Amino acid sequence: MFDIDLWREIFQSINKNRLRTILSGLTVVFAIMLFTILFGLVNGLQNTFTEAFADDANNAIFINSGRTTKAYKGLQAGRQIQFENKEIDYIKDENGNKVEFITARIYKNVVASFRNEKSNYSVRAVHPDHQYLERTIMDEGRYINQRDLNQKTKVIVIGRLVEEDLFRKTKALGKYLNLSGIQYKIVGIFSDEGNDDEERLIYMPVTTAQQVYGNNEFVDQINLTYNPDMNFDQAIAFSNSIEKKLKERFSVAKLDQRAIRVRNMAEASKNVNQMMVVLGILVLVIGLGTLIAGIVGISNIMIFIVKERTKEIGIRKALGASPKSIVSIILLESVLITAIAGYIGLLIGTGILNLAGPSLEEYFIKDPSVKTSLVVSATILLVLAGALAGYVPAKKASKIKPIIALRNE
Amino acid sequence: MLKINQLHKSYPIGDSSLHVLKGIDLEVEAGEMVAIMGSSGSGKSTLLNIIGMLDEADSGDYILDGVPIKNLNEKKAAIYRNKFLGFIFQSFNLINYKNALENVALPLYYQGLKRKERQEKGKFHLKKVGLLDWAHHLPSELSGGQKQRVAIARALAADPKLLLADEPTGALDTTTSYEIMEFLQQLNDEGKTILIVTHEEDIAEMCKRVVRLRDGVIMEDKKVEQVRASEYV
Ligand SMILES: Nc1ncnc2c1ncn2[C@@H]1O[C@H](COP(=O)(O)OP(=O)(O)OP(=O)(O)O)[C@@H](O)[C@H]1O
Ligand SMILES: [Mg+2]
Repeated sequence: MFDIDLWREIFQSINKNRLRTILSGLTVVFAIMLFTILFGLVNGLQNTFTEAFADDANNAIFINSGRTTKAYKGLQAGRQIQFENKEIDYIKDENGNKVEFITARIYKNVVASFRNEKSNYSVRAVHPDHQYLERTIMDEGRYINQRDLNQKTKVIVIGRLVEEDLFRKTKALGKYLNLSGIQYKIVGIFSDEGNDDEERLIYMPVTTAQQVYGNNEFVDQINLTYNPDMNFDQAIAFSNSIEKKLKERFSVAKLDQRAIRVRNMAEASKNVNQMMVVLGILVLVIGLGTLIAGIVGISNIMIFIVKERTKEIGIRKALGASPKSIVSIILLESVLITAIAGYIGLLIGTGILNLAGPSLEEYFIKDPSVKTSLVVSATILLVLAGALAGYVPAKKASKIKPIIALRNE
Repeated sequence: MLKINQLHKSYPIGDSSLHVLKGIDLEVEAGEMVAIMGSSGSGKSTLLNIIGMLDEADSGDYILDGVPIKNLNEKKAAIYRNKFLGFIFQSFNLINYKNALENVALPLYYQGLKRKERQEKGKFHLKKVGLLDWAHHLPSELSGGQKQRVAIARALAADPKLLLADEPTGALDTTTSYEIMEFLQQLNDEGKTILIVTHEEDIAEMCKRVVRLRDGVIMEDKKVEQVRASEYV
């Protein structure tokens, strides 16, 4: 394949016919540039979405309670529905391995003080599973565990910013923190990929909170994640069945929107995923369109080039050029121009993405870029396209009778 | 050298067809210098192109250097054109973006010679036509006579057995024409077989044999006393 003389011929033809080369190259430059920018922008959009959902587990279901708004089974409207620990056990027992993680949440607001520093914080009393649901990252120490729950120990896990606020010079881990008058031992420090507020939280065992703040088994909210093997539709059916069962258990009317509320992240995820799919199809269509336009463009130009070179081809044939050598000279020129022009288009495309990237963030386009693999496949595709685009005209050229080529004046 | 028997050629024109060559018999020995004459449209170029394998006959036999030329595939035809035949055209047919030397060396490229060898041989032939100083000039920088001499150098480069020239002096003034003829005569003296299509009686007289075409057949075929072009230059 590598024939230095052949390449010399091709380079000479390209070099001595610059205008022709540039014109045919520009089509490809544009096609690849558009292709790159397009893919970059869509990647940016996808980055925005994935980031927005990176914070919490996206297979989460949140269950809240409130007052009934409809009378049902002889019970008045306006009745307060209160979840307790047994509801958690009930959901676990009823659903077996459909539940991946499950936790209660009790919300409390406290004034935390350490030495001279004090500030207001939100406390969440939770089960150990909460760590996975919230995607809490342990920086130091440990999270709440089952032993804490059993023994109702007075331990807490504090956010990175709580330590920063209150423990100026010392390490927080192992110290005692006063929460509205009661001393809790700090057993862990965490960070979270969500916003800053998430890192100003304090976690404590659910049983400890129940004992300290009311001596009951009340729970404010139940959070769970469904088995990730489930698809969206199964997940939505699953949360619907939980809602139905809980409503029966508390004698709540089916259509009561306030008494028991089940929010399923799957629904949001499903919408986002559907949007991603639509975006993907859109890009595929536009991307393929651009590429096809590019291929058609090169094809046309190659046909034009062959026409323009008919006489030259005739002369070459009269001098003893084989059909193969005619095909290679036209084909390789096409491939070379496409590959180089494609590469230039790629550079311009990525350059524009890099320049425009920062100012695009307000349009929900974050870090727009294209993967190298995509770029490589696009280039390979283009080289193939160049070959394809060049092949038909080249084959045609090689079949031209020299006499016809020479007649054309 | 070549032998033609009952050669026919027609061109389709719309629905009908134009019968251009209507049974040509022609034999040319090695070392001959033949002028092919005839009025415009009589089929001179057609005949020469068939002899040069640039075109194909409809029927009849053509044997070139002992090889029957019939239904050759393109690859074989390319090899014969390269090895046996050298072409000189009225309109020179140089490749415009290649300089004189590159044009002359092109047939050698198709012979598969190394670059260095091509350059050397190319220069040798350019020198032979007296244009070594113009080796790096593009065709557009050469006069008509110079272009034709480059074309002759190119036709000679591959050392063909048969030189075919279609009105080689058609685009040149008389003096230049005679220079070209003088050169062709020299080549013939050295043993090259040459076929020249021409309109001009004086050019025909500088060959050794004149074949006249009319209405697609050979009307006259006679040996002539060669007029040396050098007498006029
Ligand atoms: N490809 C073609 N298709 C149709 N007709 C053709 C073709 N080539 C040649 N002819 C016709 O065939 C006839 C002979 O053409 P040819 O070129 O051989 O003539 P010629 O003797 O060389 O004439 P001239 O002296 O003008 O060059 C002409 O009438 C011409 O119009
Ligand atoms: Mg003619």
